Amino acid sequence: MVPADLSIILPEILLSVFAMLALLGAVYGRKDRIATSLIWVTAAIFIIAALSLMRSANGTEIGFNGMFINDGFARFAKVVVLFSAAAVLVISPDYLAERKILKFEYPVLITLSVVGMMMMISAGDLMLLYMGLELQSLCLYIIASMRRDSLKSTEAGLKYFVLGALSSGLLLYGASLIYGYAGTTSFLGIFAAAGQDHADIGLLLGLVLMLAGMAFKVSAVPFHMWTPDVYEGAPTPVTAFFATAPKVAAMALFARVLHDAFGGIVGDWQQVVALISLLSMYLGAIAAIGQTNIKRLMAYSSIAHMGYALMGLAAGTSLGIEALLTYMAIYVTMNVGTFAFILTMQKDGQPVTDISTLNMLSRSEPGKALAMLVLLFSLAGVPPTLGFFAKWSVWNAALDADLVWLVVASAIASAIGAYYYLRIVYLMYFGEEPQEALVCRPSVVLSGVLTVSSVAMILGMINLLGLEGAAEAAAATLVR
Amino acid sequence: MIGLQHYLTVAAILFVIGVFGLFLNRKNVIILLMSIELMLLSVNINLVAFSSFAGDLVGQVFTLFILTVAAAEAAIGLAILVSFFRNRGTITVEDVNVMKG
Repeated sequence: MVPADLSIILPEILLSVFAMLALLGAVYGRKDRIATSLIWVTAAIFIIAALSLMRSANGTEIGFNGMFINDGFARFAKVVVLFSAAAVLVISPDYLAERKILKFEYPVLITLSVVGMMMMISAGDLMLLYMGLELQSLCLYIIASMRRDSLKSTEAGLKYFVLGALSSGLLLYGASLIYGYAGTTSFLGIFAAAGQDHADIGLLLGLVLMLAGMAFKVSAVPFHMWTPDVYEGAPTPVTAFFATAPKVAAMALFARVLHDAFGGIVGDWQQVVALISLLSMYLGAIAAIGQTNIKRLMAYSSIAHMGYALMGLAAGTSLGIEALLTYMAIYVTMNVGTFAFILTMQKDGQPVTDISTLNMLSRSEPGKALAMLVLLFSLAGVPPTLGFFAKWSVWNAALDADLVWLVVASAIASAIGAYYYLRIVYLMYFGEEPQEALVCRPSVVLSGVLTVSSVAMILGMINLLGLEGAAEAAAATLVR
Repeated sequence: MIGLQHYLTVAAILFVIGVFGLFLNRKNVIILLMSIELMLLSVNINLVAFSSFAGDLVGQVFTLFILTVAAAEAAIGLAILVSFFRNRGTITVEDVNVMKG
């Protein structure tokens, strides 16, 4: 019994043992001097873990009396999380070293937060959900304020911490009500207690509070207020991490709770999720227009993207989950590329984030400007890039669930949102003559990641690179 | 006789005080940390009350986990607060405003 359980959580165990060994080794060893090599080793381990998850047995494995669920859905989300965390790790060392914050704790904290995310994704019980969520969040609070001598970074950490703790509190209060009214913390038990029709008011109150807590973690409106400040204040590689892996994990958790525990009462939460999704899309599209800092702009962009992804969830069907997974995988690929570009932006050897510095980039750095053009088109959802197919799949799912109004509204929102992405393209190609051109950081890794992600946006037209089939199989294991 | 609803009421009142403490407090960030603690403790009262009235131990196990995590959370919160104080020289809530969002 126990060995079987342990073999199910083997990836998590190995990753946490690795994190602890790395911490010990670095503390008693050569401290920050091994940080760069530790980052590369961690990224390699993430990729090995992801590949072994992809190759591991199909089917649903349940461990620890239903607490831990390793099904196709969990494996898909974990693979996306691991790959994006690895990509973010390899693009960080240059920037961190330049700012003198290349510390060995960085890869260790990222590993621990990835363990937390994997636990969230696999949670089959409110307790495991909470522990995974907190393990993830506590590590993220620390790395947000990693630049200890910078006012912005510590302020970002403080804001993230206070609002994150508030959201954990809401989520927990909801969890306690659900426990009280369902009499159990396991998702299976809650599913049975919620019934197939309408759940009673205590369970619904608990569900709403949990939705609020989870909406915070995916930075959906009305719980988005931390996002722009934290994105702006945190060091750029950390921002890149915030925009990718934790979003996927939180979205997977969202889907897991709504379908595994409350899948019988879709009608009760569908409207709420649809409303959150609608508000996020519009706020993200409108508030981003006036931004001059590209990190803040990416924050609003991620709020809008979470709105589209939630549309798949609002459909409440297997097709919707498939669209959600497809969307998140594509979103992560686009964002890793975009942040690799933001990390290359520098002037006089100093990193800059001002959008106006991108004026006429096409002349000084034609290759990078072209790659960024593709990524921005994809973020805006212009066909035939992959970003369009992501939106297409959520629209399809929402239409299938008769949410026509939501599809129409989101098409308008994406047209508004296209404005600010295309404005950057305009600046890069037809902008004013800059006083001094932006000189991009010559880095093979950053250029490599940027190229791979932008080429994927184009090649994705062919069969979505096999993503759709994998997402479909994964979604089928979640929705009963 | 004190019934389940009395415990739930106390917990709900504490939770609301905690939430309001977060939003209405303009003075000191330490008070924010206290409000967060209050919210988590109200959840614990809820869980223990449900657990003891349902005769099911899971709720109390959950409470122990929450207490542990709350301690870790407070430690991290204070650490971030200390490094913020070193940069800003104040911990007044209104001064946490370098970035406007």
